[in-house]
Amino acid sequence: MTTVEKKSEGRVPAPRPEGEDGGPLLEVRDLHVEFHTRDGVAKAVNGVSYSVGAGETLAVLGESGSGKSVTAQAIMGILDMPPGRIPRGEVLFRGRDMLKMSAEERRRIRGRKIAMIFQDALSSLNPVLSVGYQLGEMFRVHEGLSRKEARAKAIELMDRVRIPAAKERVGDYPHQFSGGMRQRIMIAMALALEPDLIIADEPTTALDVTVQAQVMDLLAELQREFNMGLILITHDLGVVADVADKIAVMYAGRIVETAPVRELYGSPAHPYTRGLLDSIPRLDRKGQELYAIKGLPPNLLKVPTGCPFNPRCPQAQDICRTDIPVLHDVAPGRGSACHFWKETIGD
Amino acid sequence: MGRYVIRRLLQMIPVFVGTTFLIFAMVYALGDPVAAMFGDRAPDPATLARIRAELNLDKPLLQQYLLYMGGIFTGDFGQAFNGQQVTELMGEAFPVTARLTMIAVGIEIVLGITLGLFSGLRRGRLVDTLTLISTLVVISIPVFVIGYLAQYFLAVEWQLVKPSVSSAATFDELIVPAFVLAGLSLAYVTRLTRASVAENLRADYMRTAVAKGLPRRRVIGVHLLRNSLIPVVTFIGTDIGALMGGAIVTERIFNVHGVGYQLYQGLVRGNSPTVVGFVTILVLVFLLANLLVDLLYAVLDPRIRYA
Repeated sequence: MTTVEKKSEGRVPAPRPEGEDGGPLLEVRDLHVEFHTRDGVAKAVNGVSYSVGAGETLAVLGESGSGKSVTAQAIMGILDMPPGRIPRGEVLFRGRDMLKMSAEERRRIRGRKIAMIFQDALSSLNPVLSVGYQLGEMFRVHEGLSRKEARAKAIELMDRVRIPAAKERVGDYPHQFSGGMRQRIMIAMALALEPDLIIADEPTTALDVTVQAQVMDLLAELQREFNMGLILITHDLGVVADVADKIAVMYAGRIVETAPVRELYGSPAHPYTRGLLDSIPRLDRKGQELYAIKGLPPNLLKVPTGCPFNPRCPQAQDICRTDIPVLHDVAPGRGSACHFWKETIGD
Repeated sequence: MGRYVIRRLLQMIPVFVGTTFLIFAMVYALGDPVAAMFGDRAPDPATLARIRAELNLDKPLLQQYLLYMGGIFTGDFGQAFNGQQVTELMGEAFPVTARLTMIAVGIEIVLGITLGLFSGLRRGRLVDTLTLISTLVVISIPVFVIGYLAQYFLAVEWQLVKPSVSSAATFDELIVPAFVLAGLSLAYVTRLTRASVAENLRADYMRTAVAKGLPRRRVIGVHLLRNSLIPVVTFIGTDIGALMGGAIVTERIFNVHGVGYQLYQGLVRGNSPTVVGFVTILVLVFLLANLLVDLLYAVLDPRIRYA
């Protein structure tokens, strides 16, 4: 190892510190996740650190396989172990390391303190239970409410996420709703016990573009209302721009750049981020060929030596092929894991 | 739902007519039942003709069938050759077989689903491997081998039970025959449950259930089982119909005087009224069991809608 991941002092501080030690609501420190497969060990997450405060939105951006969802599952404690393993790292929730908690203690946090919204609401909701049952279950299990009380709460929640005719539809099943409405139900379920933190894993990817905006707006609105922290996992740069406070860009299980939204869009400090931004279709370049980052994301069983992005990087030098870059402080609250971040940002 | 049931019931009519006619024709083709009545003795032609006429056997096949069906709907299944009413035989045989089937299905449900659930949850582990091997053994061995082995060891060698069931066919007498009868289906139910559980375990909604912070017993007992049991319930439903009529071998081994026993006797002795009567009832049982399964399916899986 030629490098050591930097600790989190370079991050944007949470607007309102909430943890017991005055730290952020959730802080991930040097998290490693690997999967033991027949073909070898896939290192899905390699020393990821990030933090979210109450009322703050962190967008985690990356291609599929970048480790963004695996990080989220590790936070939630819903990784399949085995084959998954967390050899190193801390996940501090209000200053306490959840990885050291008992299974029962973690279960009590899930859903009540930290909730998760999944990508495909149709497959993520149980097909044979009514939405009212699935929503009400949160209250019955975590708060010991009766069936009847839970049903009333479920209707309330459906109203809250603006599902029309909630009272009549509470007994309907997931397949009887449209895609957008189903995702609203997922949001309602996550919101049920007013958690401190919501992790949304590609919440709008499976939806039509017009519905995407509605769902995102609803999520942002409810987040403000309850002053929740939000980790928004996405590969869609368009979704991020409007709602996120800060962004962490992941590549091959590492954070390659982290920055407040405006600065990242204005002047990316990592060639990978730049590539992502350049590949967004733009009206002023109509008729020109669309930019694409050449090559494919690395196979996690054999990540290239040095900077994992080097085979695809237009600026790669010899050092990139040998040394893994640390997360350099670019500016207060900004970091870039590129040996040549100065050149990149100056371009 | 109501309209669906009515439509299904109406659909049963042609199926019922078709199957019963087929059976009627096949038994008719087997040979002259009146000659069989007399065994080896050569009957007097006049008596023969009289009995034929009494039994409508002198009429064309189609007319015979219609007369028979007419009789059935007024509760007259005819007489067996010993003069006993076929309905009387049914009254003795069906309760016994129903009891046997009930115990067998109970074994399938309790043992099959439990074993299947545990091996499905621990796929690739020891419990799972043992379950797979033992069910494969049960599937591979013919039922009469298992039946005779069970009878020999349990009744003869260790004398834990009586080797044959009395005509009362009480509950505890039927336990061993029920295990033998359930054996094959039990193996299938176990494997079906196992596969279904293992598959649903990987479903996205299971991840959601865990992420909701539900306790494990609820994740498995409600979210997993509710989905995994849909194919199993369907299988068991159809199996009830099959077990009701398919117990011929088991009933013979343990001398259970049920439907299978009567059918066998009827076939061996060319006793056509018994055979046709019993099979007609079995066809009805099978059709109703299938209808019930289809309706149950809609209750278990709301994605299926009957219009």
